[in-house]
Amino acid sequence: MIGWALNFALGAVGVAMLLCGWRLLRGPSAIDRVLALDTLYINVVALIILLGIQRRSSLLFEAALIVAMLGFVSTVALARYLSRGDVIE
Amino acid sequence: MDVLTWGVELAVAALLVVGGAFTLIGAIGMTRFADFFMRLHAPTKATTLGVGGLLLASMALGWSAGMVGVHELMIALFLFVTAPVSANLMAKAALHLRVGSKAPPPEDLRRD
Repeated sequence: MIGWALNFALGAVGVAMLLCGWRLLRGPSAIDRVLALDTLYINVVALIILLGIQRRSSLLFEAALIVAMLGFVSTVALARYLSRGDVIE
Repeated sequence: MDVLTWGVELAVAALLVVGGAFTLIGAIGMTRFADFFMRLHAPTKATTLGVGGLLLASMALGWSAGMVGVHELMIALFLFVTAPVSANLMAKAALHLRVGSKAPPPEDLRRD
């Protein structure tokens, strides 16, 4: 039962990443692309967690934490660049 | 995997299905909604809840094996703290860029 649910969750996260990539390529404005990139980072965290459940490895969770931190910092930097024209004043 | 009781297995499977479904719903909302401020709603709430469900599933598996899920707890805390902050910054940037909105402005707050 867990194997079936794991496959379902992996497929759902994969389709979600494809939809994020579509919005990232198509987004009408720059801030839409920033939103798509932020969602893509969160989906990557979900995918690494699912791989960690599948492989029974706790090493992958540290990778997920690092990806989450990088995603937050890059979103903050891009949003500040779009709103102020500068990242660090 | 073979020493799990029936209840733990059912709980983990349900959490995995719910988490994956919420992640997918967030991405569908981000793709299908009409303007940016509607699109901001879907991933910041539904996707964060979905990742929380997946982390709870991983923590339940760890608890059934006698481990404390410190890593999962740290990831969940970090995501739940940073998701509103990044959403707020993106909304501020969109207001500054004057991204088009489909909603009518409120009566008592006409800009310009």
